[in-house]
Amino acid sequence: MTFVEGLRCRECARTYPAEALHVCEYCFGPLEVAYDYDGIAAATSRERIAAGPDTIWRYADLLPARAQGAVDLGAGFTPLVRADRLAAQLGLGELWLKNDTLNPTGSFKDRVVSVALTKARELGFKVAACASTGNLANSVAAHAARAGMESYVFIPRDLEQAKVVTTAVFGGNLIAVEGTYDDVNRLCAELAGEHPSWAFVNVNVRTYYAEGSKTLAFEVAEQLGWQTPDHVVVPIASGSQLTKIHKGFRELHRVGLLSEEPHLRVSGAQAQGCSPVATAFATGADHVRPVKPDTIAKSLAIGDPADGWYALDVVRSSGGAIGSVTDDEIVEGIRLLARTEGIFTETAGGVTIATLAQLASSGVVRRDERVVAYVTGIGLKTIDAVAPHVGPTATIAPTLEAFESAVEVDD
Amino acid sequence: MPVKVRIPTQLRTLTGGAGEVSVDGSTVGEVLKGLDAAHPGFGRRLFDDAGQLRRFVNVFVAEEDVRFLQGLETPVAEGQTVSIVPAVAGG
Repeated sequence: MTFVEGLRCRECARTYPAEALHVCEYCFGPLEVAYDYDGIAAATSRERIAAGPDTIWRYADLLPARAQGAVDLGAGFTPLVRADRLAAQLGLGELWLKNDTLNPTGSFKDRVVSVALTKARELGFKVAACASTGNLANSVAAHAARAGMESYVFIPRDLEQAKVVTTAVFGGNLIAVEGTYDDVNRLCAELAGEHPSWAFVNVNVRTYYAEGSKTLAFEVAEQLGWQTPDHVVVPIASGSQLTKIHKGFRELHRVGLLSEEPHLRVSGAQAQGCSPVATAFATGADHVRPVKPDTIAKSLAIGDPADGWYALDVVRSSGGAIGSVTDDEIVEGIRLLARTEGIFTETAGGVTIATLAQLASSGVVRRDERVVAYVTGIGLKTIDAVAPHVGPTATIAPTLEAFESAVEVDD
Repeated sequence: MPVKVRIPTQLRTLTGGAGEVSVDGSTVGEVLKGLDAAHPGFGRRLFDDAGQLRRFVNVFVAEEDVRFLQGLETPVAEGQTVSIVPAVAGG
């Protein structure tokens, strides 16, 4: 069973049944899942969660779909690792990394897709679809294959080759669109209207899909011994993930799993080549002006972020900040994380680490805080970003002399 | 001058189920006003009390977001299509 009561518009509070709806018919505001929190509080416990699977489905009480029969490749319950070497480099104290590169298809998207397609199947859908910057494409194609669902995945034509191949291999329909992600997204918003029998994970079932990101908060709290960090740093593309992480910590308190009310600062990270939310934060604007993206961080290249406004609100009200970093800083962020902590992240993770460095140096992220940075995708999918900067230390003939003359060894 | 307007599913109750209608106008503002005249109810759904497009409504002319053009003043030429699309999608 689930504890879903229905859907509610975030803007005007009109209510809807728990069907494949994502937008309020009256004001176009986003719909949110409404839960029976008292019911959850009565049913759930730390012990019940600990006895669950080592996946996002251990938190099924707080998700909008049933764990039994879930479309599941094992997403979630990724390591939370203490990052002392990186912390020392950045002048920080207690720093943790949520290593979501270790999901089945290498990014946090497996969390949201597992929830979305599980719900889609409950609602009777047989076709999965999405608009994607790459990571979602991988995940939808893989989960659809696992569930035996047909899939239609739409991507911008200029995506990294690795993300194209790692989607196409799963055998669904992959459509490369001549345009930016925002063009793909608009096309899919219109296609969703024409093909009501398709579950577009980030259009008509987006309300459920987005809830999957709450597990990024649930796991961190549980892995910290049912405590909250003081400060989290999260990348911003649509803004949904950041908003849902904040919501996740609050929900844990609401249902009695956290004894203290979370006082959590939430900071956001964007690439300068696509920083509509960071710009709004910096200028004090109360609306997010769309931009045309131009950055190597393609998985964050959403010029018109659907939840940009809500992300801005969470960051401002929690006392965080939103930084933005250049392409060079992104590459340096990827390399810094790799050489200090042994984690190879994609460009989005480079944005997060570079922004963490920026916010640490400006004093926004403080040495006396317990900090968690979310590393949301694996580096193997964006090799091109770092390929020009790293390579063999030396190329030599297979002889001792060649090695001794080419490589200086400290011993 | 008649212009084609694409209607999102959420608003098709106002057009008797039609996904595309034809209205007169030479700017986006005029077209949307014409839409409300022909199919009463659109104005209230698309605009807030201050007369601005609602935060979660996107309007496109020939596939380009009007916020990158001239907003409601954006000219619409004969044969072009105006699309109304819910902003809450993607990511």
